[in-house]
Amino acid sequence: MITFKGVHKWFKKLHVLNDINLHITPGEVLVVCGPSGSGKSTLIRTINQLEPINDGSLIVDGMDLSDKKTDLNKLRAEVGFVFQQFNLYPHLSVIGNITLAPTKIRNIPKKEAEEQAMALLTRVGLAEKRDAYPLQLSGGQQQRVAIARALAMKPRIMLFDEPTSALDPEMIGEVLAVMKDLALSGMTMVVVTHEMGFAREVAHRVVFMDNGVILEEAPPEDFFMRPQHERAKQFLRQLLTPMQCECP
Amino acid sequence: MLNYTFNWSIITSGQYFDWLVTGLLTTLKLSAVSIVLAFVLGLLIAVMRMGHNRPFRWFAHVYLEFFRNTPLLVQIFFWYFGSYKILPTFINDWLNETGFEFAAAAIALTIYTSAFIAEDIRSGVLSIPKEQMEAARSAGFSYLRSMQYIILPQAVRITIPPLVNQFLNVAKNSSLAMTIGVMEMTYQARQVESYTFRGFEAFTAATVVYLALSIIITALVNIYNEKVLNAHKAA
Repeated sequence: MITFKGVHKWFKKLHVLNDINLHITPGEVLVVCGPSGSGKSTLIRTINQLEPINDGSLIVDGMDLSDKKTDLNKLRAEVGFVFQQFNLYPHLSVIGNITLAPTKIRNIPKKEAEEQAMALLTRVGLAEKRDAYPLQLSGGQQQRVAIARALAMKPRIMLFDEPTSALDPEMIGEVLAVMKDLALSGMTMVVVTHEMGFAREVAHRVVFMDNGVILEEAPPEDFFMRPQHERAKQFLRQLLTPMQCECP
Repeated sequence: MLNYTFNWSIITSGQYFDWLVTGLLTTLKLSAVSIVLAFVLGLLIAVMRMGHNRPFRWFAHVYLEFFRNTPLLVQIFFWYFGSYKILPTFINDWLNETGFEFAAAAIALTIYTSAFIAEDIRSGVLSIPKEQMEAARSAGFSYLRSMQYIILPQAVRITIPPLVNQFLNVAKNSSLAMTIGVMEMTYQARQVESYTFRGFEAFTAATVVYLALSIIITALVNIYNEKVLNAHKAA
C-alpha cells in the first residue's frame, strides 16, 4: 500500500529523513513515535506529498510519487490527513466542512453528500453538531469532525499527525476511541503519536525514529517489552515515568 | 451681517430637482459598475500576485505599483483623451454610441480601485494561517480551488473593513468624472449653481447625497457580513 525505498529528505543542510525503507500493507495500523525533531511528522507528510522527497522512491496506493506526472491532487483525494491543530475551515459549519471536498472534487450531489456526512457524524458521536461552527466546539469535538471530514472522501489510507497532542487530557479518549473504531474497520492507518496506550492496543507495528533514521520497527509487544536501541529505551522510560528524567 | 436668504425650494422641485436626480442616478450607476468590476478585478490581480506563475506575478506587481501610484484624475484623462488615439476605430465608434465619457470614467475608477482592493485582499490572505492551505491541499483541492473555496472566503471576511473604505472611495471619487463631462451628481450640482447662483443649496444637496450614499454602502456591507457570512458565528 505504501512503500518507502531509500527515501532521503533535507531541509537545507538538515538531513530530516535518512534512508527510510518501510513497507505498509493494506489494513495495517502503523504507529510512528520518537522524540521531537526526529523526523516523524516529516515522514507522514511525505506520504501525501505535503513535503516532497529529495531522493529515493515512494509508492502510495500504486502511484509513484517520484514521478513528476503523478497527479498529486488525485493522490491526496485518496489519502485522508488529520492534523495536530485540526485545521477545520472556520468559515463553514460542521456539515459544510465535511461536504465541501466530496461535492467539489468528487461531484457528489449535495443531498447525498449531506446524508453521508450525517452518517459519519453519527459514527464520531456528533450528529447534533451538524450546524455548529468549528470555533463553537471543543478541541476533541473539532478533531472528531476533522476525522469525519477526511473520511468523507472515502480514503484508502488515513494519516494522523499527532492527533491528540493539542487536546486537553479529558478529550484525548474520545478521539482515540474514534481512531480505534476506524482501525477495527480495516482502514490502513499511519499514526504519529505519543499515546503509547493506543500503540500497544491498536497498532500492528511500531516504528521508532531518531535523527531522521528508523531505529526500531517491531510489533508493539516487542517494542515495549524488549526495545533494542539505547535511545528507544531512554525514550520509553521518559514517556512512562517523566518525573525520573535523566537530565544532565 | 448675513444677508443671504436660503431658497431650498429651487432644488427640491422643478427642473433643477430633475437635474440633481439624474445626476444622482448617474453617480449610482457609475459607482455600482465600478465597485463590482473593481472587486472582481482586484480578486483576480490578488490571486495572480500570490500565485506560482512568474509572468502573472510580475504582471500583477507592475499593475499594482503603476495604478496605485498615479493620480486618479490623470488616469481618467488618460482613458478619455489618451486611449482614443490608440484604440481601434470600431471600438471607438462603439464607445461613442454607448457614452464614451461614462465608459472612460468607469474604466479608470475600476482599474484604480482594483489595485487597492487587490492589496487589501492580499494582506487578508496573508493573515490566514498556512495550515488552512495545507488542509485544503491535503483534501485534494488544487491551488486555485483552495483559494476559491477555503482561503478567499476567509480572507474577504477579514478584508471587509478596508473593502468598505474602498467602496466609499469609489462613490466619492466618481465625482471626478465630471471633469470629462459625465453628468453625475457633482456635475449637475455645478450646473444648478451656474443657472441659479444658488451654490450653497446645490452643493449642500450634493453633500447630503454623498453622505447618504456612503452610509447606505456601509450598512449594506455590514448586513451582508452578519447575515450572509455568519461573521458572528465563524469569528
